[in-house]
Amino acid sequence: MFTYTIRRLVLAIPVLLLISLIIFALLKFAPGDPMAQVPMTVPPEVKAKMRAALGADQPLIVQYLLWLKQFFIIEPLHILGTMTGYDLVGNAQRVISWQTRSPVADIIAQRMPQTLTVVGMSYVVGVLIALPIGIVSAYKQYSWFDQIGTFVSMIGFSVPTFFTGVMLILIFSVYLGWFPSIYDTTLVVDSWPHFWLQVRQMVMPVAVLALYNAAQISRFMRASMLDNLQQDYVRTARAKGMTEQVVVLKHVLRNSLIPVVTVIALGVPQIFGGAIITEQVFKVNGLGALLINAIYADDLPMVQTLTFIFAILIVIFNLIADVLYGILDPRIRYD
Amino acid sequence: MRLTTALLGAAAMMAIAPAAFAARGSDGELKLIYWQAPSILNPYLSSGTKDLEASSIVLEPLARYTPKGELVPYLAAEIPTLDNGGIAKDLKSITWKLKPGLKWSDGSAVTADDVVFTGQYCMDPKGGCAQLQHFTGVDKVEAVDPTTVKITFKEPMPDPYQPFTSYENPILQKKQFEKCIGAAAPTCTAANFGPIGTGAFEVASFKTNDVVTFKANPNYRDPNKPAFSGITMKGGGDAMAAARAVFQTGEFDYAWNLQLSPDVIKGMTGPDAKGHVVAAFGSLVERLEMNMTDPSPTLPEGERSTSAHPNPILSDIRVREALSMAIDRSLLVQVGYGPAGQPTCNLVPAPAAYADTTNTGCLKQDVEGAKKLLDEAGWKMGADGFRYKDGKKLSLTYQTSTNAVRQDFQALIKQWWHDVGVDTELKNINASVFFGSDPGSPDTFEKFYADVEMYANNFSGTDPQAYMAQYVCSQAPSPKNQWQGQNMNRYCDPKYDAMVTELGQTADPVKRAEMVKTMNDMLTKDTMTIVPLVWRGTTSGVANSIVGEDINPWDSELWNIGDWSRKH
Repeated sequence: MFTYTIRRLVLAIPVLLLISLIIFALLKFAPGDPMAQVPMTVPPEVKAKMRAALGADQPLIVQYLLWLKQFFIIEPLHILGTMTGYDLVGNAQRVISWQTRSPVADIIAQRMPQTLTVVGMSYVVGVLIALPIGIVSAYKQYSWFDQIGTFVSMIGFSVPTFFTGVMLILIFSVYLGWFPSIYDTTLVVDSWPHFWLQVRQMVMPVAVLALYNAAQISRFMRASMLDNLQQDYVRTARAKGMTEQVVVLKHVLRNSLIPVVTVIALGVPQIFGGAIITEQVFKVNGLGALLINAIYADDLPMVQTLTFIFAILIVIFNLIADVLYGILDPRIRYD
Repeated sequence: MRLTTALLGAAAMMAIAPAAFAARGSDGELKLIYWQAPSILNPYLSSGTKDLEASSIVLEPLARYTPKGELVPYLAAEIPTLDNGGIAKDLKSITWKLKPGLKWSDGSAVTADDVVFTGQYCMDPKGGCAQLQHFTGVDKVEAVDPTTVKITFKEPMPDPYQPFTSYENPILQKKQFEKCIGAAAPTCTAANFGPIGTGAFEVASFKTNDVVTFKANPNYRDPNKPAFSGITMKGGGDAMAAARAVFQTGEFDYAWNLQLSPDVIKGMTGPDAKGHVVAAFGSLVERLEMNMTDPSPTLPEGERSTSAHPNPILSDIRVREALSMAIDRSLLVQVGYGPAGQPTCNLVPAPAAYADTTNTGCLKQDVEGAKKLLDEAGWKMGADGFRYKDGKKLSLTYQTSTNAVRQDFQALIKQWWHDVGVDTELKNINASVFFGSDPGSPDTFEKFYADVEMYANNFSGTDPQAYMAQYVCSQAPSPKNQWQGQNMNRYCDPKYDAMVTELGQTADPVKRAEMVKTMNDMLTKDTMTIVPLVWRGTTSGVANSIVGEDINPWDSELWNIGDWSRKH
């Protein structure tokens, strides 16, 4: 298992380099101009000078190599520097966002907590809801509980978050006035009243996203449980006189969880990607909002860095899912 | 935190209740929502209005224009004029005197050196300054004494109020930005995110593209202002959500730039709404631009849409005029802009001194007249409802950026043109491509590979000279200038060029206004090169409890934020 992991990690390096090149090429050849948001009253010569100051007029290969150097050498050194307290970077140029003229990594670090609390919490809530629903739905297939569960997950699947989000705002903010419609990112949780405010402002975005996540995962859980309930070993277990509780929760559930755990692990990178639409609707302004804004503004270094970080996370969590699969299922061996 | 400040504010209110004027910070917190979040607070490096609006809370210019279009002193003691000797007789220099005893929010004195430095900062060739156009023709900026600044121009300047008179080019503190000049500009993140200013508020915290908080400037020159103790400026989301937060939930006090359909605004601002809409009309005009050259794809690249080939259909002024007559501008306003629009025939609709109020011929739709003109021009109605001449169909391509209102306009105009026998092919292009000036893209508004295109444009400040100068022959985009230039129509009239030159040498305000009116008419009603449709304002939402707000088309909407207060 260990050598397998090492081998996969080594193989990941050329894959990631190729991904970074493809992202860069896609962004570069996509139409757009970082100066498109500059008011039209600014003359073209001034825009040309602004573009030159950003380095956007350099040859493509120079821009790409510069980004590689900044991302793989200067940024890690800077992180190491801040942790140890030594200045390892000096005046070397870090990856600078064109839109804000500030280091991309700092902005990402600033946005990370919002995204992790809201999107992460919704994932946890989604999983916690989905597993019991999936289990009961499968065990009592075609019962009224299963029918309702199926109905709710169909809604979660098919109704877009921009609709559920705005619906919740209209009901709970405009008419009832229970929750704020705009997420306050400056809120510091340092006392119980503030904690209560934080809970109140998280309720709606978390609910919207949790519904969506729960819908997906509960379907997987149900399908996987149904597969296992038909197996011979279940009949054997029952024949041995085990209680239904032991049969379902000990034998069937454990085996059914194997594919579900993989699905859950593969979904984790999405948390970091943020939820673009939900973040926009509730003004959470996490990583999702950061990405979409950067795309609109043609902020190439920001988009490149964010999408590349997502790529790294996806590669890593794929590996984690594979390794988990091996650990959970003794029949699977990679070596 | 917010509760405590509110309580403190309330307590302070009680203490001074009998006083006629509220004391500084007595009205608690002001909450603004900008659905486009500010990215940076340095207007010289910024990429859009949202950033300039945010920085205008902190940074101030020497003087600025009021909503009426009058120049009033801010950091300056008075407005220099020819009469008071502030402007040199030869129009080659202007001398500003600062108000005595001005302080930055950190307590240090504002001096002429700061103004001089700001000029150097923007004019540095490596800085990529976004406001460089305000320094066009400036030879040098120098300090005469600690409170006097003299700006010398290379040529006589008929409008010497360009540098340092708007929120686009306010004064920066030399001490803070000294090390950030030229290529080092983007490395000064702390300064760019938290400039020290002279305004009513100072930056407390800045989260880029998310939220900015401000607190009252303890060194502000008026000891009783601002009435608010702080500001939260939240960004993100969309205009609809921002409107909802002011009109319906009342979570915010001010929502900027509510580009929403008139129905939506109407639905939210009923009698029990918590806020109301305010509109400011500047010089923004939504217009159709007629391509005087041939955009046909059969022409070789490099000759397409250049003066080498005149437009086979639109070269005839009768066709252009007919196209304009077929349009019902009032309906366009009703459908697209509601309170934020007025029908217009002018390219320069404001300030009042420059607007030709007699140019109203286009306001009434005249379908029969349009048909007659097209008949006269030799375009005969065919059996299929479209007009033909020499076997060629009267067919136009009509492009604009992707935007719900613009697509509604396209559909309406296509229908009206169909009514007079003109076939129209519609095209819409993503705004960042259409307005981006990538010379490699065929879809930019400069390349204009279509017969007609629609967009809105305006001029900054109150002086239209540079705006009028966009329509000289040499400004036509072509391969020779990498498709740059703002004369989209490829309009070319030596008489017009001569007037532009003359305008650049005329200082008398009355004569200038007359000339601008003539030029406006040359481009619009006389030649129908530009077919104005709607004079667009900007609308914002204000909570009913806010007093003193005065939306300004010529400067930041927050230009007088120090005077805002809350009704109790």
